[in-house]
Amino acid sequence: MAGSNPNAKPMNLTLKVWRQRNRNTEGRIVDYQVKDISPDMSFLEMLDVLNEDLLRQGEEPVAFDHDCREGICGSCNLFINGRAHGPEAGTTTCQLHMRKFSDGDTITIEPWRSAAFPVNKDLSVDRSAFDRIIQAGGYISINTGGTPDANEIPIPKDIADRAFEAATCIACGACVASCKNSSAMLFVSAKVSQLALLPQGHVERKTRVENMVAQMDKEGFGACSNIGSCAAECPVGISLENIAIMNREYINAKATSNNLA
Amino acid sequence: MILDSKIPEGPLAEKWDKHKFNVKLVNPANKRKYDVIIVGTGLAGASAAASLAELGYNVKAFTYHDSPRRAHSIAAQGGINAAKNYQNDGDSVYRLFYDTIKGGDYRAREANVYRLAQVSVNIIDQCVAQGVPFAREYGGLLANRSFGGAQVSRTFYARGQTGQQLLLGAYSALSRQVAYGKVKLYTRSEMLDLVVVDGQARGIITRNLITGEIEQHAAHAVVLATGGYGNVFYLSTNAKYCNATAAWRAHKKGAFFANPCFTQIHPTCIPVSGDYQSKLTLMSESLRNDGRVWVPASKETAERLRKGEIRVSDIKEEDRDYFLERKYPAFGNLVPRDVASRNAKQMCDEGRGVGGSGLAVFLDFADVIKRNGAEWVSQKYGNLFDMYAKITGENPYEQPMRIYPAVHYTMGGLWVDYNLQTTIPGLYATGECNFSDHGANRLGASALMQGLADGYFVIPYTIGDYLAQTPPKPVTTEHPAFKEAEAGVRARVEKLMSINGTRTPAEFHKALGHIMWEYCGMARNAEGLRHAKTEIQKLRREFWSDLKLTGTDQEMNQMLENAGRVADFLELGELMIDDAYNRNESCGGHFREEYQTPEGEALRDDENFTYVAAWQFNGENQPEILNKEELRFENVKLTQRSYK
Ligand SMILES: Cc1cc2nc3c(=O)[nH]c(=O)nc-3n(C[C@H](O)[C@H](O)[C@H](O)COP(=O)(O)OP(=O)(O)OC[C@H]3O[C@@H](n4cnc5c(N)ncnc54)[C@H](O)[C@@H]3O)c2cc1C
Ligand code: SF4
Ligand code: FES
Repeated sequence: MAGSNPNAKPMNLTLKVWRQRNRNTEGRIVDYQVKDISPDMSFLEMLDVLNEDLLRQGEEPVAFDHDCREGICGSCNLFINGRAHGPEAGTTTCQLHMRKFSDGDTITIEPWRSAAFPVNKDLSVDRSAFDRIIQAGGYISINTGGTPDANEIPIPKDIADRAFEAATCIACGACVASCKNSSAMLFVSAKVSQLALLPQGHVERKTRVENMVAQMDKEGFGACSNIGSCAAECPVGISLENIAIMNREYINAKATSNNLA
Repeated sequence: MILDSKIPEGPLAEKWDKHKFNVKLVNPANKRKYDVIIVGTGLAGASAAASLAELGYNVKAFTYHDSPRRAHSIAAQGGINAAKNYQNDGDSVYRLFYDTIKGGDYRAREANVYRLAQVSVNIIDQCVAQGVPFAREYGGLLANRSFGGAQVSRTFYARGQTGQQLLLGAYSALSRQVAYGKVKLYTRSEMLDLVVVDGQARGIITRNLITGEIEQHAAHAVVLATGGYGNVFYLSTNAKYCNATAAWRAHKKGAFFANPCFTQIHPTCIPVSGDYQSKLTLMSESLRNDGRVWVPASKETAERLRKGEIRVSDIKEEDRDYFLERKYPAFGNLVPRDVASRNAKQMCDEGRGVGGSGLAVFLDFADVIKRNGAEWVSQKYGNLFDMYAKITGENPYEQPMRIYPAVHYTMGGLWVDYNLQTTIPGLYATGECNFSDHGANRLGASALMQGLADGYFVIPYTIGDYLAQTPPKPVTTEHPAFKEAEAGVRARVEKLMSINGTRTPAEFHKALGHIMWEYCGMARNAEGLRHAKTEIQKLRREFWSDLKLTGTDQEMNQMLENAGRVADFLELGELMIDDAYNRNESCGGHFREEYQTPEGEALRDDENFTYVAAWQFNGENQPEILNKEELRFENVKLTQRSYK
């Protein structure tokens, strides 16, 4: 069977899970036991097992965000044993598999912690601040229709590739959760540099960066102190280079303060 | 009832232009007097919301996700088709039209498909202008790849994340309109019913998934862009939350449901690994450009491999059966999905499957790695290879992937006319949630194309035609129909909460999925379908008497959300079975074992089944009424599909 390792024995685990009724109540850690966990299960499948058990016993299942379970939608967001998305680098929570754990382990599971991401319930948080930052300028202001032929502006492959790399951010928020200042710089810079790299994005590059940074500050994200834990924990490898690009864009924008130069 | 598809008169190539000229326009100053509700913010919904807001309409956009950017469209991997002919390899609007009609096994409407091919070229222009970073060649121009069912390279892509990049493009356009105040966004808000006033769609009832509040929303028109229903099968490549509730509620309010049995089984997915499996992961079809599909030539070898007595590398070249290349020399590994899936199943049925369960075939990259190097392969498919390794714990650069077909896409959906209007005036359906363009089988890279075509380039014209004929008076939720619909939603939620039985929503969902996969999956027959129908009815009764939920409905309650969706799947599943039973032919993804050629290919019955089956709800527990829209082919000749 897929990936099944005949020697891999089912595991019994202790889970320490953050439970919180809603954003206005206090939360606390609650202990649970899960049994017979296959190493081939994903981490979220392990939580499914817990939730099915809880429901059958008449208790309330643990709320958590997820959807695609393929590492692309950015929904899943668990802080596992003190690390955003858990122990495996370059991996979202949904792509983390139980073969990374051992029988008898105790696993602590908490939500993202940031003033800008209030808890909805248990492990689910509100990340709408990210949407509002994009609304502040994370786009190219064109309407549908009337656009030039797609091949009209050739774009060097390495530029296109770099823009693509920056554009692969899944807006999970792990960068914020991993940062001691709860800074959203990596997230914001990924969008700023994608659009700054591409010729289509040049027209609005100054107002864009100013508006997005202003919104970021307004949402209550902290300042960046260049430690780099964001990029280290980013599941899709968004690079710190983006923050450097954004800082340049920002300084440039402040110097001229319009889109003319 | 006579179904009027409203296909414009005139030659195929002129229909859309003529229609755009003939539709009524809303005066620019009046557009702001109209409110439009759009449910769904995937490719189809976000593109429509942005485009309508740009035109000046007031849009209210709803999604059950916490952000529009999380819609299932984000997961599309391989690419998007467009008849740009940038490769100078003989592509054209007509060829894309023809491939799509043929790929759909002649069960789609010519006029719709032709329009789709026409606007496909505008989509690429639009996306590039938005800053979508498609793959490029060294000269700076856009790159293309080939996809199944086509002999030209017309698929645009962004590594293995095309859906992500396209959705983020549409999301950025949508976000801009949110900032302008032209779109009001309702996230974590699930539509649970449609409100129909005097025969017209005038609003929706939603539940706030954080607070549990039930809300009424009114508008002059409603667009459903709520995606497909593949999760009827429990296991599919769809995201976990994908569901049919919005479409099904609309169906029960009068929107016909077309061709529900047309579901697509994708040939290249990671096989099931255990009972705990919560979803299946697709390995993009683009991999079939370079990967070769094979199984051991003999049953004995396959068995020894399964038992671990030999390794893959022990199997000599002559003992491998590259069955797609052998059987379909013209298209080889790039035959359409339905053909590839059925053949994989056939190999496993013959006992030549691989992997512990024997329910898998190989997808092998050894040749291309030898030819071009691992770096080249990683450039092209890196993220897919990584994903495979993460899930299976195996390295696909060193050993072939194991793949098996899985439910992936639903061609069926709400019946719509040429304007994408359902049988309820004022209710439109776009993207995967309608049935319109893919017939009995969808070609790869065509769903993204259709979703964006509908949202950017079709609905902005056609909805105007309807609104222009609707007085620009403010709409409110005052009509008793709103109260009535809300009461219905509340009663249903309360009922679900109060059953107090013993089985979880997931248990029912798995049981349903099992019935559907077994009897209405890759192969179907009359006897099995009859059996499945009684099984589903039984399961539905058990659901409503033995469901267990905890907590309350006045808060975030994910099990309650899921229970409501499973309840609707239990009804839709039965309709799929009725439809499969009614269609006494094989076509595309619908394979009825009774109807096959001596070589085991799908055998259509054009004389009796060249129609769209549009089902009409007729009251709880009553058989649905079958309405037929005859399909007329004036431009292509119906032939037995051949990919040999
Ligand atoms: C793994 C995978 C890979 C794919 N790869 C490709 C590819 O390479 N090329 C291709 O062309 N196609 C591909 N497809 C198919 C394609 O991705 C989908 O058909 C398409 O994205 C559907 O878009 P949509 O906008 O119609 O729906 P979706 O993207 O599913 O969006 C549905 C929206 O509706 C909302 N919604 C649904 N119900 C409700 C409700 N009741 N209330 C409120 N909101 C609701 C959701 O929140 C969401 O915003 C792939 C599909 C899968 C599963
Ligand atoms: S930058 Fe990385 S960690 Fe931050 S939101 Fe984007 S994907 Fe997540
Ligand atoms: S569930 Fe989508 S990224 Fe994890």
